[in-house]
Amino acid sequence: METASYLFEIAVLGPLFASVVAGLFGRLIGDGLAQILTTGLMIVAALCGIGALGLALQSGATPVVVLLADWIRAGSFHAAWTLRLDTLSLSMVAMVTGVSALVHLYSTGYMGHETTPTYRFFSYLSLFTFAMLMLVTSNDLVQLFFGWEGVGLASYLLIGYWYDRPSAVNAAIKAFVVNRVADLFFMVGIALLFVEFGSVTYDNIFALVPAHGDDTYMLFGTHRVYEIICMLLFIGAMGKSAQLFLHTWLPDAMEGPTPVSALIHAATMVTAGVFLMARMSPLIEFAPATKAFILFIGATTCFFAATVGLVQPDIKRTIAYSTCSQLGYMFVAAGVGAYQASMFHLTTHAFFKALLFLGAGSVIHAVHDEQDMFRMGGLWKKIPLTYGAMWAGSLALAGIFPFAGYWSKDAILEAAWMAHSGLGFYAWTLGCVTAFLTALYSWRLLFLVFHGTPRDPHLYEGAHESPVSMTLPLVLLGIGAVLGGILLAPYYVGSGQAAFWNGAIVNAPGNTIVETLEQTPELIALMPTFAGVAGILVAYVCYIASPAIPATLAASLRPLYLFLLNKWYFDELYDLIFVRPYRALARLLWKGADEGVIEGIPQGLARMTVGTAGQAVRTQTGSIAVYAFTMLIGLVVLVTTMLIFH
Amino acid sequence: MTGGLGSIGIGPYLTVSAILLVLGVFGIFLNRKNVIIILMSIELILLSANLNFVAFSSALGDLSGQVFTLFVLTIAAAESAIGLAIVTVYFRNRGSIEVEDITMMKG
Amino acid sequence: MTQIVFYVFATVLVLSAGMVVSARNPVHSVLFLILAFFNAAGLFLIAGAEFLAMILVIVYVGAVAVLFLFVVMMLDVRFTRMREGLQRYAPFGAAVGGVLFAELALAFGHWRIAANIADVPHLVPAPGRTNTAALGDVLYTHYVFLFEACGVVLLVAMIGAIVLTLRERPMGRRQNIDRQHERTAAESVEMMALPLGRGVAELGGFRRPDKSYYVASVPGSYGVTAEAVPQAAPAGDDRKGGLGQ
Repeated sequence: METASYLFEIAVLGPLFASVVAGLFGRLIGDGLAQILTTGLMIVAALCGIGALGLALQSGATPVVVLLADWIRAGSFHAAWTLRLDTLSLSMVAMVTGVSALVHLYSTGYMGHETTPTYRFFSYLSLFTFAMLMLVTSNDLVQLFFGWEGVGLASYLLIGYWYDRPSAVNAAIKAFVVNRVADLFFMVGIALLFVEFGSVTYDNIFALVPAHGDDTYMLFGTHRVYEIICMLLFIGAMGKSAQLFLHTWLPDAMEGPTPVSALIHAATMVTAGVFLMARMSPLIEFAPATKAFILFIGATTCFFAATVGLVQPDIKRTIAYSTCSQLGYMFVAAGVGAYQASMFHLTTHAFFKALLFLGAGSVIHAVHDEQDMFRMGGLWKKIPLTYGAMWAGSLALAGIFPFAGYWSKDAILEAAWMAHSGLGFYAWTLGCVTAFLTALYSWRLLFLVFHGTPRDPHLYEGAHESPVSMTLPLVLLGIGAVLGGILLAPYYVGSGQAAFWNGAIVNAPGNTIVETLEQTPELIALMPTFAGVAGILVAYVCYIASPAIPATLAASLRPLYLFLLNKWYFDELYDLIFVRPYRALARLLWKGADEGVIEGIPQGLARMTVGTAGQAVRTQTGSIAVYAFTMLIGLVVLVTTMLIFH
Repeated sequence: MTGGLGSIGIGPYLTVSAILLVLGVFGIFLNRKNVIIILMSIELILLSANLNFVAFSSALGDLSGQVFTLFVLTIAAAESAIGLAIVTVYFRNRGSIEVEDITMMKG
Repeated sequence: MTQIVFYVFATVLVLSAGMVVSARNPVHSVLFLILAFFNAAGLFLIAGAEFLAMILVIVYVGAVAVLFLFVVMMLDVRFTRMREGLQRYAPFGAAVGGVLFAELALAFGHWRIAANIADVPHLVPAPGRTNTAALGDVLYTHYVFLFEACGVVLLVAMIGAIVLTLRERPMGRRQNIDRQHERTAAESVEMMALPLGRGVAELGGFRRPDKSYYVASVPGSYGVTAEAVPQAAPAGDDRKGGLGQ
C-alpha cells in the first residue's frame, strides 16, 4: 500500500507541477519543451495512476488517507489537503490520467497548426486534469469543492482558449455561469451537511448517517434533512454533468479546441457529477425521493439529448449531445441505486467518447476545420485509421456486443428494469428508445462523414490522415473501447463487484439491485442490443440506401424537425426567462442605480459645488467698499440677532 | 454708580460714544472716493470705543478700562500706519485711491 | 460747571466728527479729526483719565493725525473729482447707521450694572496716587505681558510700513559686504617708497591698484557695470597681505 500511495501522489501532483511550470515559464522554456513536459508528466501520471490501481487491487484495497497538508482549521471546522485511496478514487484517477495523457499526446499533433504559442493550452490541460484529480481524491467535501471549482475554472479557460472568437468567449462565459448557478446549490448543500453532521469529512459523515435519518427541516412543510441535502448536491451535479435544465452549456462548449471537448466529455468535468453521486452513495441511499428525482431527470435527459443529437448537422455537436444522453444513463443507474453500474458506464464511456471526440477532431483536422457533416462524405478512403476508430467508438456507444458500451448500458437498463417501479419502467422504456436513437445518430454520423459520395470535392481532395501523435491515441482508445467492457464488467458490476469496490460504494441494506442484475429476463436483457441493431439498420436505409428519406421526413414533420434542431428551444426559453430579464435588470441597475444614483450623487454634489462656487465668486467682487459694507452689515445683523434672542 | 464722573453720570458719555460710532459707520458708507476718509472713520469708531472704556473705568473706579484704552490706542496707531502705507503704495502703483477703483482684492 | 464743559466738549466733538465724514476736502477732514481728538481728550480729562488725555493729544494729534495729513497732502489727489458720487450710498449708510444707533439706544435703555459687580476684583488705584502713577502701577504689573505684546505690535507695524513702502531703485552704489570684509590691504592700497622731502604729487600722483575701485560693489547697482567688477575673489595667499607687509 505504501508504494501505491507514492504512485498516487505522483499521479496527482505531477500534472500540477507540469501546469505551473508550463504556464508560468512557458515563454521562457519554449513551446516544444512545455509540450514535452506536460505530456511526459501526464504519461508518467497515467502510468502511476494505473500502477496504483493495480497494486491496490492486488493488496486488497483497504481505504487509505494520505495527508498532504493542513488547510483550514477553524473551531470544529476542519479541512485538509488529502489523498484518499479507495477503489472509487483509484479507478477514477487511473481513468482520468489515462485519458488525459492520450489527450495531451493527441493535442501535440492537433495544435500543431496553431500560429500562437500553445504552452498556455497545455498548461490549462494539465491544470484541468489536476483539478479533476483533486476532486476525485478528496477526503472531504471542501477539497472536493475546490476541485469542482478548479474544473469549472479550467473549463472556462479552455473553452475560451481562442479568445479572439466571440462565440468561444460567449460559450466560456455560459459554461461558467451555468455551472455557478448549480454550484450555489452545491455550496448550500455542503454547508447544510456541515451543520447537520458537524464535519465535512466523508468518513465522519457516513458514520453518522444512520443516526440522523429522522431529522427534518421546516420550510413550506416538513422535509427530511437528507432529501434536502441530497437534492442540493444533485442540483450541483446536474450543473457539472449537464443534466436537463442545466445542460445548455455543454453543446456550446464545442467552441473550444477538440481535445478539450474530449477531455471535458470523457474524463473530467461532466463525470464529476456522476462521481459525486457515487461518492455520496451512503447518504443518497437514505433519500428515496431524491433518488426518484435523479432517476426521472436522468431518463428524461437521456431521451431528450438523443432526439436533439439526431438532427444536428455539426459533427461535434452530435457527439456532445450523445454525451449528454449517456450521462443521463449514468444518472438513471444512480437513481435506482446501482452506482456500480453508473461508474462502470462512466469508465467505458470515457474510452469510447474520448475515442469519438478525438476521431471527430481527426476528421476536422483532415478537412481543415470543417465541422458540417453535410459537406463531408466518402472520407473513409482518405482517412482509414480514423474511420476504423470511429467505427469502434460508435459500436461501443451503440452498445453492440461485445463492445464496451454493451456491458455498461446493458447493466444500467437491467438495473432500471429490476427496480420494479413505475419510474424504473419509465427509465427503462426511454433508455431503450434512446439506445435505438443512439445507434441511429451514430451511424448517421458515420454514413454522412465517411460514406456516400463526397459532397464537397474540394474538401475531399484536401483531406489527409492525421500524424501519428494523433492516431496513436485513437488506436489505444479503440482498444479500450473494444475490450474495456468485457474486461472490467466482472469487477465493476459482475460477481467480483463487492470485493472490487470494497466499501467505496455503499448500497443501503436491502438494496440488492446490483446482485440481482444477472437475474434479468433474457428478453429484457437483449432489448438494448435489438434497439441498437435496429438503429443501425434504419440509419443505413435513410443515409445509404435512399438518402431522400431524411429530407422528406424533415419536410413533412417540419415543426418537429425545427423543434429538435433548435434543441427543444431551451436556449430561447432561457433567453426569455433568465437572460433578457436579467439584462433588463442589469441595464436598469447600470443606467438607473449606478449611473443615476451612485454616480449621480457625487457628480451632482460636484456640479452643485461648482455652481455654488460660481455664484459665490460673484460676491467676491474684489471691491474694498463692498467688503467694508459687508463687514458692517454683518455687525449690524449680529447685534440685531443678539438683541432679538436676548 | 456715577463714580468718578461726578455730576455728569455715565449716560451722556455713552450717548456721545454711540453718536461717534454711528458717525464713523456712516462715514464708511458715505465716502466713495477716498480711502483715507475710511481710515479716519475707523479712527472715530475706535475713539468711541475708547470713550466707553474711559467712562466705565471712571464710573466703576477700575483702572482696567484705561489700560485697555491704552492698548486700543496702540493698535489704532499701528493700524493707521499700516493702512496709510498700503494706501501710499497703492496710489504709487495705480495713481488713484478712489474706493470704487479698488476692485482687485483677492481675499 | 463740569457739566457745561462736558457738553461743550461733547458738542464740538460730535460736530467735528460729523465734519470729518462729510467735508469735501480731505485736508479739512484731517483737521476736523484733530479737533475731534482734542475734544475727546477734554472728555477724558473730565472723566479723570489725565494720562490718556495727554497720550491722545501727543500720539494722535502729534503723530497719527499728522501722518494722515502728510499722506493726504503727499498724494496728489484731485479733490474736485473726489466728492462726486458722494450721496449715492448715503441712504444706505444712513439706514445701517440708524439701525445701529437704534439698537444702541435700545441697549442703553435696558442697560444696568450687575448687582454683584462688587464681587469682581477691581484694580482700584491706591489712594493718593496720581492717575499716571496708578496706571503705571497696573500696566507694569498686571498687564506687563500685554504691554510687551503691544510693543511687538508696534514694531511689526513699523517694519511692515517700511517693507510696504520701500522701493528698490538702482539709486546709490551698494556694497557686497562679504567681499568688502575679504578685502586685503594689498588689494586696495599700493605701498610706495617715497624719498624724503618729496610729495606724492611730484611722483605722478597716487595710483590705486587696477580695478580695486569697484571690487566690493554689487554689479548692477548705480553706476557699476558688471564688467567693472573683478569676478574672481582674491586667492588665499593674498589675504595675508596687509599693511604690515
